[in-house]
Amino acid sequence: MAGITLKGVRKNFGATEEIKGIDLEITEGEFVVLVGPSGCGKSTLLNLIAGLETISTGEIRIGDRRVNDIPPRDRDIAMVIQSYALYPTKTVRDNITFGMETRRVPKAAQAAALAEFAGLLQIDHLLDRKPGQLSGGQRQRVAMGRALVRKPEVFLFDEPLSNLDAKLRIEMRTEIKKLHRRLGKTVVYVTHDQIEAMTLASRIAVMDEGQIRQFADPATVYEDPVDLFVAGFMGSPPMNMLGGYLVRDGGMAVLCGEGATQIRFPLPNRIAGRVAGSEGRAVVLGLRPETIFAAGTELPGPDRFVFERPVVVDEPTGPDTMIVFEIGGQDLIARVRPKDARPGGSTFRFEVEMDRAKLFDAKTGQRL
Amino acid sequence: MKQVSGIVRPKGWARTLQRVLLFAVLGLFCVYYLVPLFVMVSTSLKSLAEIREGTLLAPPRAINTEAWAKAWRSACVGVRCNGLQPYFVNSVLMVVPAVLISTFLGALNGYALTKWRVRGADTIFALMLFGAFIPFQVILLPMARTLGELGLAGTIPGLVFVHTIYGLAFTTLFFRNFFIGVSNGIVQAAQIDGAGFFGIFFRIVLPMSIPAIVVTVIWQFTQIWNDFLFGIAFTVGESNPVTVALNNVVNTSTGVKEYNVDMAAAIIAALPTLAVYVVAGAWFVRGLSAGAVKG
Repeated sequence: MAGITLKGVRKNFGATEEIKGIDLEITEGEFVVLVGPSGCGKSTLLNLIAGLETISTGEIRIGDRRVNDIPPRDRDIAMVIQSYALYPTKTVRDNITFGMETRRVPKAAQAAALAEFAGLLQIDHLLDRKPGQLSGGQRQRVAMGRALVRKPEVFLFDEPLSNLDAKLRIEMRTEIKKLHRRLGKTVVYVTHDQIEAMTLASRIAVMDEGQIRQFADPATVYEDPVDLFVAGFMGSPPMNMLGGYLVRDGGMAVLCGEGATQIRFPLPNRIAGRVAGSEGRAVVLGLRPETIFAAGTELPGPDRFVFERPVVVDEPTGPDTMIVFEIGGQDLIARVRPKDARPGGSTFRFEVEMDRAKLFDAKTGQRL
Repeated sequence: MKQVSGIVRPKGWARTLQRVLLFAVLGLFCVYYLVPLFVMVSTSLKSLAEIREGTLLAPPRAINTEAWAKAWRSACVGVRCNGLQPYFVNSVLMVVPAVLISTFLGALNGYALTKWRVRGADTIFALMLFGAFIPFQVILLPMARTLGELGLAGTIPGLVFVHTIYGLAFTTLFFRNFFIGVSNGIVQAAQIDGAGFFGIFFRIVLPMSIPAIVVTVIWQFTQIWNDFLFGIAFTVGESNPVTVALNNVVNTSTGVKEYNVDMAAAIIAALPTLAVYVVAGAWFVRGLSAGAVKG
């Protein structure tokens, strides 16, 4: 069993610095998801762990071995990539056993491992086909089989589900989680899909511009983001980000919008205490869509705030309906039960859980 | 392939006229191309007497294969009268190793230049490409000297050497362009699977490149088999390739000009390239359709 340790890892491509100093401690058996927008360096970081790229400075350890100068084949890793990269001229069987073949694993052991994982992944009836004759989902399973069959200590996944259609993606997501439970090996998983990150990870590393913004379990990343970037990246539909100013009004409040449509969002004591005395400061108020609903439709709780705005449009999704409304020229989304929804143009009474509101500094983006 | 037979087309007399014209022109071109071949084949099957009496375009009255036998076995090439046979063998001995070696090295070059990105790969490739544009007359003298130094002057291995060197520019170009379209992920996957430079080349990359191999083999075979310049410059008498011998057959004058023998000899000299097109062409189509090169 092996964890992964990254210390001050940097990677330059010519003059541009792609990875800007990353420290990461992944304990063994953990499922860590690297998530971020495209170009944030998450795939590069994975390639550094795999040894497909050479690190510029810093140190990478797998288990207690420093692997900086160890080639991919000797790192005891397996990798699944987005395009699957199956060997087109080999049968499924030879694709899966190729790694054991090059390592001169005895034939009997190869056959046993093949049988075990082909059964597990339900691809035993495909073994004599070529990759060109498989569907996307089947190729995905073969790629998984090729990775699993050598029983390495660490699995690396680079957007393995991105080429699948939506339904299959959800199915395979569950499969991957089951496999991880069953095998208990360390997994590093790269994706740009924040829902995949939330559902799979034991811890999420949110990356941006070659740095890790936050490394924490999914609930913390979602409910307790460190800055505007993390808050905006996680969640779908995204968090409402409302610009405004801190004012004193009995307690502390955030003043949003202008003129007649101005709204004062009173801050709960927990947040108010942290920003006491900084009236006039420009802030961003973060409200997740599910914390805004039709007034009176949820059990009463602390720090609720009720306001009225006209509905711009309503967007039913089935289980919920998204109500788009406007404050100070900015679109906001509320997530309400379908039966509470009203069509565009009608006035709507919203209730917001200020207890779950997030407050950020408008200039630095840091959480307050 | 995209199905086009179902596309709706305009109808009417103007359209019909257009089609008739189109096929008339195409037919004319076909005749234009095929008449010389027809003349060659029919002349080679006539007796000398018939050639003298008849017209060029008339088909042979009776099939007479004497000219073919003479061209193959007893036509005089210079002073030796053994036909084209020994020179044909020379050409085979030259073309087979030259094609195999230059294709193999081209594949290796293309693979190394695209999948391992050695420092300065682009510069190396640009320089190799430059080799494709050198007029071969320029290198005749230095190459003659090189072959002399190597002790290969006037021999078939010397000719193999020259063709391999000057084939590399093209074979590398073909394979580089093919491998650039092969996903790097496949090479990375093979690396993680534990294969090395040559392991990946022989077991993963080479089996994928059948179409490129076939194209390269056809190209190289045609180039090397049909070469006259290197053959006449770097071989002497007995080691001449068939193209040089053909020239000598036609130019050897012993009284009557034997057009039927000349025609038969020319066809014999051209047959192998035709054969390669037919055989390798079938492989080429198979390689493409079975390719499914996407993993």
